[in-house]
Amino acid sequence: MALAFDEYGRPFIIVKEQEQKTRLRGIEAQKANISAGKAVARILRTSLGPKGMDKMLQSPDGDVTITNDGATILEQMDVDNQIAKLMVELSRSQDYEIGDGTTGVVVMAGALLEQAERLLERGIHPIRIAEGYEMASRIAVEHLDHIAQKFDFGPTNIEPLVQTCMTTLSSKIVNRCKRPLAEIAVKAVLSVADLERKDVNLDLIKVEGKVGGKLEDTELVYGITVDKDMSHPQMPKKIEDAKIAILTCPFEPPKPKTKHKVDIDTVEKFQTLRQQEQKYFDDMVQKCKDVGATLVICQWGFDDEANHLLMHRNLPAVRWVGGVELELIAIATGGRIVPRFQELTPEKLGRAGLVREKSFGTTKDKMLYIEHCANSRAVTIFIRGGNKMMIEETKRSIHDALCVARNLIRNNSIVYGGGSAEISCSIAVEAAADKYPGVEQYAIRAFADALDSVSIALAENSGLQPIETLSAVKSQQIKENNPHFGIDCNDVGTNDMREQNVFETLIGKQQQILLATQVVKMILKIDDVISPSDY
Amino acid sequence: MAIEKILKDDASEEKGERARMASFVGAIAITDLVKTTLGPKGMDKILQSTGRGNEVTVTNDGATILKSLHIDNPAAKVLIDISKVQDDEVGDGTTSVVVLAGELLREAEKLVAAKIHPMTIISGYRMAAECARNALLQRVVDNKENAEKFKSDLMKIAMTTLSSKILSQDKEHFAQLAVDAVMRLKGSTNLEAIQIIKKPGGSLKDSFLDEGFILDKKIGLGQPKRIENAKILVANTAMDTDKVKIYGARVRVDSMSKVAEIEGAEKEKMREKVKKILGHGINCFVNRQLIYNFPEELFADAGILAIEHADFDGIERLALVTGGEIASTFDNPESVKLGHCKLIEEIMIGEDKLIHFSGVEMGQACTIVLRGASHHVLDEAERSLHDALCVLSQTVNDTRVLLGGGWPEMVMAKEVDELARKTPGKKSHAIEAFSRALVAIPTIIADNAGLDSADLVAKLRAEHHKEGCNAGIDVISGSVGDMAELGISEAFKVKQAVLLSATEAAEMILRVDEIITCAPRKREDRM
Repeated sequence: MALAFDEYGRPFIIVKEQEQKTRLRGIEAQKANISAGKAVARILRTSLGPKGMDKMLQSPDGDVTITNDGATILEQMDVDNQIAKLMVELSRSQDYEIGDGTTGVVVMAGALLEQAERLLERGIHPIRIAEGYEMASRIAVEHLDHIAQKFDFGPTNIEPLVQTCMTTLSSKIVNRCKRPLAEIAVKAVLSVADLERKDVNLDLIKVEGKVGGKLEDTELVYGITVDKDMSHPQMPKKIEDAKIAILTCPFEPPKPKTKHKVDIDTVEKFQTLRQQEQKYFDDMVQKCKDVGATLVICQWGFDDEANHLLMHRNLPAVRWVGGVELELIAIATGGRIVPRFQELTPEKLGRAGLVREKSFGTTKDKMLYIEHCANSRAVTIFIRGGNKMMIEETKRSIHDALCVARNLIRNNSIVYGGGSAEISCSIAVEAAADKYPGVEQYAIRAFADALDSVSIALAENSGLQPIETLSAVKSQQIKENNPHFGIDCNDVGTNDMREQNVFETLIGKQQQILLATQVVKMILKIDDVISPSDY
Repeated sequence: MAIEKILKDDASEEKGERARMASFVGAIAITDLVKTTLGPKGMDKILQSTGRGNEVTVTNDGATILKSLHIDNPAAKVLIDISKVQDDEVGDGTTSVVVLAGELLREAEKLVAAKIHPMTIISGYRMAAECARNALLQRVVDNKENAEKFKSDLMKIAMTTLSSKILSQDKEHFAQLAVDAVMRLKGSTNLEAIQIIKKPGGSLKDSFLDEGFILDKKIGLGQPKRIENAKILVANTAMDTDKVKIYGARVRVDSMSKVAEIEGAEKEKMREKVKKILGHGINCFVNRQLIYNFPEELFADAGILAIEHADFDGIERLALVTGGEIASTFDNPESVKLGHCKLIEEIMIGEDKLIHFSGVEMGQACTIVLRGASHHVLDEAERSLHDALCVLSQTVNDTRVLLGGGWPEMVMAKEVDELARKTPGKKSHAIEAFSRALVAIPTIIADNAGLDSADLVAKLRAEHHKEGCNAGIDVISGSVGDMAELGISEAFKVKQAVLLSATEAAEMILRVDEIITCAPRKREDRM
């Protein structure tokens, strides 16, 4: 195989240690790759759409995850195959970039690969297929621009945003109360959004969860929640108009960072050191008190004595607050993170209207709510639910909804969902195919078929007759020249997606098509797989 | 050409029907396991741990049983999780929630076999759960206004909860204990303030509630055994060798005499500290950390009761009870709040000496001393009491009360049945199934009591057809009885949590159509 002959007919080896490697070449390699990609897509296919099913995943440590989110499924699946890993990457990049449509992108790529396989069998060169796909994807994306609609929203008119988030949430387990959750997501995004610059920093939205209660109890807190309680049990549980000192230095005896030690060899030294120590704690507390702080939030622990002094001087304090949370608190309260006691000044204090401790259930779980902050641009979504898996899944769903809302603020173009955009693109691509001379024409047609198959999967999952439904919708779209007809997954009675209020973001859809095409191109171009054989 | 392997070697993948079957089987197996512990005549389980000593636990508490199981089936893990949450959130109903979820899945399995899509079943279940909750909401009794009645409600709830546990023989006694303890909390759900001390010996009946505070510690030698009008300083400070912590200092000397000097200085420092503590004008000193012999002796000399090494919860509780603050520095004696109590004395329970603080200032905390024949009995008694306390403290916050003995299930089942009749489409099968699952609970209660469940449940159903009926299963006499007369009540919050989390869990498991198990993480071979 990997033997070549030089001009004298002597064999020489190209691939080192070839005996220990397995190698696939040419059409074999392409077929193997395609079948691996298809296998991944097949797993996700049933999760697509509002009636899609969930997957239960058991991690190597035995933890159970139940989810409907494509990116999470693939990430947790722990795949071994190289091509399958590419598909995982694909869904992950959709997740990073857009946050939603992670299932759709993999199903789309799977459908493209399936079509490519047929073309390969007819003897079309993989590069020609790839080029055809590229052209087709360009047509589709342009067409999407064409059918996209802008819609208006503002801080007062959030209805369109809520509707879009509801479309995203309807495929998750939380669809029981999608309306309140969608509203929470939209309000959260709007309160941190910079509408001037059309930018949203999702880091400012913290999603916290605690088991217990019911999903309906999920709430949006205009402020920060911290999973900590006051350092001393007898400190006040509620502080109004708090001035917060945010510290990253511990209330502990100072330890020199360098290796040197103070040696005590005389009684005098011993006594001076002792006095210093006492004074040190006193100073620390006094400094906080002097600048007028009424609450201390610290990243590190407290010494017992310091803790008592704080309590004694009536200065409530919270210890061991994580770095990320500390930052959020600083942003929300408009305070500065202070690394040394000496640097405390009144201007560096954060302000919050209300800080309170809230306890949950029968165990002594406590959380600290910091509300009515000076700068209300950091919010927390606090999720409740029946069990741990539910909370995790809700977190993922909320994340998707947040991403969608953000994308809409960045770019307020939408397309209609329910497969209508895919069907419309498919018609456009099909029509354009005939204009291209050459073999690419076949690939472009195949691309249209692949677009159809996404809608078919949607119909299948909803328990409809897939082919029948698709052809009905397609003919309706062509007849009435209206790209808003899609698949009626929820059995509402109309398949006009505009009436059903099923939207998706334009960039999300475009990204799906582009990413899927890119990955498929990459897979098609591989004609040689060399891997170390099992030993 | 063979399909490429995608997953790792040891990973497994189950799809469609097989996946669904695996989760049904797992969930139903768990349900059958805990089913027999349900109700007043439910049986107990023996759990033997695999750890050192093979400890044995005898229990009736669903959450405890499930927590100790090592299970590999993912669906079963979901059920264990909901039972754990139920335990954390409301404290009781841990068995009921698993049984209800299991019954819902059992019914769902039949529907799936009859070719109804899981999504249809889920939407039916959702409608049914909503309807069942509303049915309960209509029939709740709220005696918040009437303190007298509310107290009797609490009493009834406590007795109902305890009747399925080991304490059922003395349930009135314990119900009284629990209600008293919870009423003292005045609406807070912080059960930390109720201390439970277990002392083997005597019988369960000898258990009592103490209004003061009992610390499971001995009084130091040579110190007074009885103090009246005690002034207590609660502290958390080092009373062993008080190190200098600043700048990472350490002692390094070059001669013996220097050592002696420094030791002297250290002693002096301790003496000074003790003097400062004495300066507070106290006659009792409780420290969270160790007290070494030297300071202890100093305290004894001053005639002060010094107690060392109280655990942190104990300290916190003591501070709560006596109204003092937990001190760590002693420089400003005038501003430290001291705790007060009328009398501190050493008491004997069984053979152990304990320190008893009575006549305390703030009556929020209290102590329950449990007596019983063996450790197993005591452990189980503690769990049962804990359940009762949890339920009561939750009920104080949410005062709505329902009748018990299978009554709520029948009320819900009736309403859900009505809904099924009105709903067109395949969903109505699912709604009907929901009502069957609800009825399964009284059936299991009756079965566990050795009664003729089919007959009883049929009677119950007939009774419930009348408006405003209070009928439930009277396990003692083995017939259908009036629950209001029998005084069997349950907290609304518990029932609601059972209903909602069971439905949520069932829904979650039903939605799954594929199970992917990753290869177990390779452990380092320790051999």
